[in-house]
Amino acid sequence: MNNVQRPLSPHLSIYRWPITMTMSILHRVSGVLLSLGFILFAVWLMAAANGAETYDRVTGFMESLLGRLLLIVLSAAFFFHLASGLRHLIWDMGFGFEIRQANAGSWAIVVSTVLLTLLYWLVL
Amino acid sequence: MTDRRTPLARVLGTGSAKDGTGHWWSQRITAVALLVVGVWFLLSVALLPGPGYGEVRGWIGTPWTAVLMLILILSTAYHSDLGIQVVIQDYVHQPFLKIASIVVARFLHVLLAAASIFAVLRIAFAAGS
Repeated sequence: MNNVQRPLSPHLSIYRWPITMTMSILHRVSGVLLSLGFILFAVWLMAAANGAETYDRVTGFMESLLGRLLLIVLSAAFFFHLASGLRHLIWDMGFGFEIRQANAGSWAIVVSTVLLTLLYWLVL
Repeated sequence: MTDRRTPLARVLGTGSAKDGTGHWWSQRITAVALLVVGVWFLLSVALLPGPGYGEVRGWIGTPWTAVLMLILILSTAYHSDLGIQVVIQDYVHQPFLKIASIVVARFLHVLLAAASIFAVLRIAFAAGS
């Protein structure tokens, strides 16, 4: 684009960063992560269909430090996408658009993601 | 303002994308399905006696588990494909690259879905015989 000399309307950088922007980005990031998790899911199932030896190699990786970390990140992405997706459905029905509600909802999603992930790995 | 659309365009109501709300609606339907079946999957896997070969095959081999796994696979593949498509449309601007990436993403989703479905059926049918 040419160097624009005329005044431009305020864009992203002029606003104080609201939490809803972070939530929107995280919803997308967690979605892409879960899509990548679908690859792991398919590999796991194919290994289970193939035989004990292949299966043990896959679960061996999942039980390694790197594998465990990957599964924890994927589970957190799942719980975030779940909570945030639930709010998208509520928004679709026309509720929760006031700024205060949107901010409170965002924090509720963050807190429930942390709690559900902890609950999943520590209790179950 | 005068409506310049043809009567047919007005009746179809699908706009310039020729697609209406189909994409949006499918994403919501699969989201609701995944809400149920995704939580079911995570809970079931966590409550298995162990992550071993025998336990997992025995679990997938039971009829209702196999059916729910198939629903999980189909809704995951569909939902993921729709989501990735939107991400590509947002960030890939060059027209050919955009279409090509969307096609590649769809092929990959079909591959993952086909593999997962085959795996579940193979385990389930082996368990029944």
